[in-house]
Amino acid sequence: MTDRDRLVPDEGLTPASEALPGAAGPLKIDKPPRGQWADVWDQFKHHKGAMAGGIIFLVIVLTVFLGPLFWTLDPTLPNIRDRNQGMSLAHPFGTDQLGRDMFARMMAGGRTSVAVGIAAMLLALFLGSFVGVVAGFFKKLDSPLMRLTDLFLALPLLPLLLVMMLLFREPLNATFGTEQGIFILIVCAIGVTSWMPTARIVRGDVLALKEREFVLAARSIGTTNAKMITRHILPNVLSPIMVSATLGIANAIITESALSFLGLGFPPDFPTWGRLLFDATDYLQQYPSRVFWPGMAISLTVLSVNYLGDGLRDALDPRIRGR
Amino acid sequence: MLTFTIRRLVLAIPTLLFISLVIFLLLELAPGDPMAQVPLTVPPEVKQQMREALGLGEPIPVRYWKWIVQFFWIEPQVLIDNVFGTNLTEGKLRVISWQTRSPVMDIVVQRIPQTLWVVGTAYVVATLIAIPIGIYSAYRQYSWFDQAGTFVSMIGFSVPPFFSGVLVIVIFSVQLGWFPSIYDTTHVVNSWESFVEQLRQMIMPVMVLALQITAQTSRFMRASMLDNLNQDYVRTARAKGLGEYAVVMVHVLRNSMIPVVTVIALGVPAIFGGAIITEQVFKVNGIGQLLITAIQANDLPMVQTLTFIFAALIVIFNLIADVLYGILDPRIRYD
Repeated sequence: MTDRDRLVPDEGLTPASEALPGAAGPLKIDKPPRGQWADVWDQFKHHKGAMAGGIIFLVIVLTVFLGPLFWTLDPTLPNIRDRNQGMSLAHPFGTDQLGRDMFARMMAGGRTSVAVGIAAMLLALFLGSFVGVVAGFFKKLDSPLMRLTDLFLALPLLPLLLVMMLLFREPLNATFGTEQGIFILIVCAIGVTSWMPTARIVRGDVLALKEREFVLAARSIGTTNAKMITRHILPNVLSPIMVSATLGIANAIITESALSFLGLGFPPDFPTWGRLLFDATDYLQQYPSRVFWPGMAISLTVLSVNYLGDGLRDALDPRIRGR
Repeated sequence: MLTFTIRRLVLAIPTLLFISLVIFLLLELAPGDPMAQVPLTVPPEVKQQMREALGLGEPIPVRYWKWIVQFFWIEPQVLIDNVFGTNLTEGKLRVISWQTRSPVMDIVVQRIPQTLWVVGTAYVVATLIAIPIGIYSAYRQYSWFDQAGTFVSMIGFSVPPFFSGVLVIVIFSVQLGWFPSIYDTTHVVNSWESFVEQLRQMIMPVMVLALQITAQTSRFMRASMLDNLNQDYVRTARAKGLGEYAVVMVHVLRNSMIPVVTVIALGVPAIFGGAIITEQVFKVNGIGQLLITAIQANDLPMVQTLTFIFAALIVIFNLIADVLYGILDPRIRYD
């Protein structure tokens, strides 16, 4: 890994004393050389919103994935005697109309929502970076790939997502089983409809990088295209990709919840945050808190991820860093 | 500029045709059968005849061509008929909805006013709020007003309409009882009282939509103002003794509005798409709600036409944004 760190150019904007420890004096070296990521972390630490967002996101992810180890109530087990209860020690978020524990359901729902968000983000990121790098690097493919991107941007995404859910639900359910099928369908649908911004940003950066001297140097010692992309181009476009990643998670979680809310997402007995919110709107008048918790969870997750992305963008931008 | 506009218009035609083909082929894969609701006592031969009457027996290229002809040739003629009272379309087949057995475009025309009222008002309100917020946040960068504005727009980005909509229903219609929770589309405005009633039922959907749009537009406005405030011409304007108001509101604002105007133009079709959820929450029977019910009822001609209308809106407003950019900014010359 240290090998790669050295390959990343420092943009020449870090203070000289840090970039070149030797400049402080040949005998007295009190600081070890700093990598790019140490600088990024230093800048990131100062962004209060981003730190708070990162911590909250981490807490939410840990709760939904590890929480069931400690909170062992079954989210799908009905208990008619305990239905429609308010907040109590036995049921911190109350119970629903069938007496299922809302806290356990929230964690189960969060697991699906966060998993969908991360999986869809990874797919979109992969597609977007691939299209962006290929379009930026190979001149012949640039124009057709960018026309394709424009075409995808011109498609009405939410209606198309709804249509895709309608069309492919049954064949996928038949092959993979209900929950697996819907999971694959939602992840693919969101991934396929949200890679375009990443592709555009990455292409722009690759175009600029291609003209830099270190690429010329690498080319002159006979680096092949594949090696050039994996060693020199990709590490240098990592920062826009990381920022897209955070925004991608937020976008995917909102889209999944919207699909569930419109009744075209996961099946009714399979909790996700969007589904829980949708089911709770029927009991809006009597039990408004049941709407509140899943809605709050979605909003808080997305808000924290957005702040995280904001801080990351600042920290990864060498022009702002160090100020 | 004119040649650029014409070239883009010509380019838009194959794009739209391609999009319509993609949508058509996608719907071709649909598993749904429009005869599923027909009683089981109807014999299969009759069902087959009914299918053919709906045009389902023909091969795919023929059906695509027929849809194209109906949508691009016959529907405009219907419009001309309605406006000028001619009868060009006497006896010609139009795009028929499987759900209601009536022409799709007639239903769309019925639904559009509701969407335009709610979404249009929200867009205007949001823009009017967002631009002053953006200006002041940039002028006093990092002040408490700017920090608060950043936070509010973060919330606008992060809170999805299906939550903010339900939340305002809980607060303003369940708890406080100020506004009705369901938008009544049969309501006729013919007096002052009915106009007030119309305003009351519009407030909540407009509020929810406006929060999202304000969040985006005010961010753009702020970023654009910040870009311009550090320019040399601003220093020149101050140096020659212009008042602060003239510098900011005339010199900087005019230049900052250029990208913002195009962003506003680009947002118009997205609002039609994004309003699907808000319309669903407040039961506004606009065009988004029409799409949802058509999808649930497997009404493929309706879904095809609506999706294509959304796509056409996006393409058209992209074009408008590009042309506006060229007109407003003399530094940009496309040809």
